Amino acid sequence: MTAINNSILTLILLVPLVGALLVALLPERGTRSKWIALATSLLTFVLTLHLPAHFIPGQSGFQFEVNWQWLESPAVFYHVGVDGLSLWLVVLVGLLAPVGVVASWKAIHERRKIFYSLFLLQQTAMFGVFLSLDLLLYYCFWELSLVPMAILIAMYGRKNGPRAALKFFLFTFIPSAPLLVAILWLYAQTGSFNFITLQTAIARGGFGSWPLFWLALAFLFAFAVKVPVFPLHGWLADTFSEAPVALAMVVAGKLGLYSLLRFHIGLFPQQARDVAPMLVGLAVVGVLYGACLALVQRDFWRLMAYAALSHLSMITLGIYGLTLTGWEGAVYQMLNHGVVDGALFLLLGVLYDSYGSSEITAYGGLAGKLPRTATFFMIASLAMIGLPLLGNFVGEFLILLGTFTGVSKGWAIAATLGMIPGAAYMLWLIQRLFFGPESALALSKPPEDLRRGQMAVVWPLAALMLLMGVAPGLWLPAIEQGIHLPQAAEQWNGPAVTPPSAPPQSALPASTNGEERQ
Amino acid sequence: MNSVPDILRILPEVLLTLTGVAIMLIEASWPAARARRPLGWVAAAGVMLALGASLGQLALPMGFGFYGTVETSAFTIFFHALICGLVLVVLLLSLDTLPTDSHHQGEYYALIVFGAVGMCLMTSAVELLLVFIALEISSISTYILTGYRKETARGPEAAIKYFLLGSFATAFLLYGIALIFGATGTTHIYEIARLAPASQNQSLILAGLGLMLVGILFKVSAAPFHVWTPDVYEGAPMPVAALLATAPKAAAFALLLRVLYQMLPAQRPLWSPMLWVVAVLSMTVGNLAALRQRNVKRMLAYSSIAHAGYLLAALAGLGSSGITAASFYVAAYAAMNVGIFAVITMASGYDERLPLTGDFRGLLYRSPLLGCLLILFLASLTGIPFTGGFLGKLTSFSAAMKGGAVWLVIIGLLNSGLAATYYLRLALTSARRPRDGRAASAPRIGIAAGAALIFAAAATLALGIVPVNVFHAAEANAQTLTAPPAQRGASGNAVAPR
Repeated sequence: MTAINNSILTLILLVPLVGALLVALLPERGTRSKWIALATSLLTFVLTLHLPAHFIPGQSGFQFEVNWQWLESPAVFYHVGVDGLSLWLVVLVGLLAPVGVVASWKAIHERRKIFYSLFLLQQTAMFGVFLSLDLLLYYCFWELSLVPMAILIAMYGRKNGPRAALKFFLFTFIPSAPLLVAILWLYAQTGSFNFITLQTAIARGGFGSWPLFWLALAFLFAFAVKVPVFPLHGWLADTFSEAPVALAMVVAGKLGLYSLLRFHIGLFPQQARDVAPMLVGLAVVGVLYGACLALVQRDFWRLMAYAALSHLSMITLGIYGLTLTGWEGAVYQMLNHGVVDGALFLLLGVLYDSYGSSEITAYGGLAGKLPRTATFFMIASLAMIGLPLLGNFVGEFLILLGTFTGVSKGWAIAATLGMIPGAAYMLWLIQRLFFGPESALALSKPPEDLRRGQMAVVWPLAALMLLMGVAPGLWLPAIEQGIHLPQAAEQWNGPAVTPPSAPPQSALPASTNGEERQ
Repeated sequence: MNSVPDILRILPEVLLTLTGVAIMLIEASWPAARARRPLGWVAAAGVMLALGASLGQLALPMGFGFYGTVETSAFTIFFHALICGLVLVVLLLSLDTLPTDSHHQGEYYALIVFGAVGMCLMTSAVELLLVFIALEISSISTYILTGYRKETARGPEAAIKYFLLGSFATAFLLYGIALIFGATGTTHIYEIARLAPASQNQSLILAGLGLMLVGILFKVSAAPFHVWTPDVYEGAPMPVAALLATAPKAAAFALLLRVLYQMLPAQRPLWSPMLWVVAVLSMTVGNLAALRQRNVKRMLAYSSIAHAGYLLAALAGLGSSGITAASFYVAAYAAMNVGIFAVITMASGYDERLPLTGDFRGLLYRSPLLGCLLILFLASLTGIPFTGGFLGKLTSFSAAMKGGAVWLVIIGLLNSGLAATYYLRLALTSARRPRDGRAASAPRIGIAAGAALIFAAAATLALGIVPVNVFHAAEANAQTLTAPPAQRGASGNAVAPR
């Protein structure tokens, strides 16, 4: 078992890559690429499930760690590992891979080889981002994740793919230039790219406050664009409306939010605390702004984009509330958001593929014709709205609780108000798509409801939403192990630096989680 | 002491020369109607032999030959191997793209091989006069190759432009050599290194160095000495442009490293700020100009100017870290540039049916192999991880960062963000669905060109994923250049005093 534990992360990284090479090198024959991609992604998912099965929540630090030297000078290591912060996110990426393949099953009908090999390459890159503990290795995967995404958006874009791809690429690539400067600066000072070494070195002090301010800012900026945090969301709507469904599911959110929590707060706790009030403000604005804009969209992809902005801002709020409860909720909400968004995108993709329009007003009265699509869409929407007993409720509740108790009541109340338009746009979307009189578009085509393969994906997703709502105890212990880490960084920072108004820490989560799990 | 026959010190150059002469003779003796394509294979075989010979030199004791004028060291072998590899790729590419009915094919191959002689000699010469001769050998053959397409007006125009500016630049170099000779009384690089710090005429040395730098920076097309680059690339036949963009630049960078780090390391406070300015100018000018280009060759010309800037940034690194980074970057730069020129040659043919960026639309659909390789090389040029371009940039900037040039790194990385725009534009254009009316047929890729493409792609990826061996070689370069002269006299054949 140790042999497997030692090589599992490498396997998770390699299997999609090998799949990508297989798809690319074997000659295209019939539907071969699809099946290879499906088999690879299912195998990867099974491999990722090994992690939670053998993860020890009681043991702090990284697990399944592998640390090999890659380059000597600069000293870059192939250093990967998992803690509670990344554990479930890795599983989520693994879960969304087969979902993505199923969502592309019918939609992608030309140049399948390129599509599936790049799709699998994208999986490797995303796993790499969550697993890397060497800053340069992390940066490598972070940049690598842009390329397949940009090419696929350009090739399979709906109307103006290349433009959206360019926008997406530049929005992420340019901010990562200062990130690399910051990483190189740290390397020049310490001679290491190792996350833990750097964390200790920064906590010990001796860098001066101005360099640290700029470093933290470079990290924050690169990640905030990728999330996106409120004023930096320019790429989101175009990307969502052009990207193939399988990629739109994963493009926003997780990578950026995880990086904020792990690297911005993890490495620069003091600087993060300094900018936290601003980010809390931006996050609340993002929640409200995204929800309001989602209300007035006519195109359902764009609606999903602004809905995502709103929900991701909620998670940002949880992160920069700097409370353990908020962090716990934020990580949990990343998982929920991934599952719910995956399901919604899959279902919208089904609609788009059979009717060829993303204009909301063109639809209507589909509930009778597509009962399964309508049912699952409703379940997923209710989960997204935050109905109790479904996963998002737990996550948002923890985030808002953390904000309410740890930051300020005003911000918490303002963010909670965002749920009202949040419910409104989703319910209104359901009403316009599925109810009312049948539109000309709905009558023009023979109804094509979810097929067996799609059902095989949507059912488990719906079950998962329910399970995450009623039994958060399955997930939260591991997450608690993970968020222990940034807190430890704060302790290293010493009480002298910690401002007196520091957020309450260890007392809160124990009680709240106890209540939550009962 | 002189146990190694002199001829072995320049064996690669000798082999190349013999190949070139043989090709000229065969060309003259064959009947006019006979196809000249086999001569290309002869040239390729000769270059492979030379490559083998340079690697074989690793077995020799390092040292000097021909009265101390040429050197065999890790440094020379590194650049010999690099240049031979590049010339080989260009030859293979030419084999499949040169039109069968084109005139003087034998001369074309012979000139490429003679150019290689000059470039190789440039990296192994440690006597400034020999350096100058080598530079002229390589320059003259590239001037002629540039004008090889006589049937268009562009070709001869580019050749004349290149010739005039190039001769002017080499005159600067020669003048610089003369001034340094005036200040130190010698033209031997190691002797200059020994005598220069004690010289009375520091201002003369500075002037000499400045003039020499003008000549060398012209060859590497760094701003503000870059104006020839886009015109010359545009006028030259595609495979020749692939050659011009890589091999002579690699040789010129080798010379630059030798002059700066071996000949005048003590003058670092003088040349370091100059190069800082040139690096920033090259990056910025190159990228800004490339943004506006619609012609692919001109765009790549400006991009190569920008890359010269990234490379010069490495020289802000202190001592050996700077040399290591620069050497590695040269290798990475050469691999990805020869690769992208090869892809574009294959896609648009010798006579450039696809001159503009927009013409590449749908390449990924018409020829998935070429499309994917195009994207790979563009990714490497952009600096996407797991390609040679990324590690090259990384080592270069990290050396500069260690040397304390934070602003240079910031400017450089912002520039590479800017550069992503135009690389990506080309990549995305090739990923666009082709217009129905203009579905051109997929270009046929022969064995030779296929080998060239695979070689370049493999090198680009290997430099990004398993670069350890090349790093070691680059570090050996650094040791060669920074070793104190006394130690070097003892380790190999003695420097011949005159």
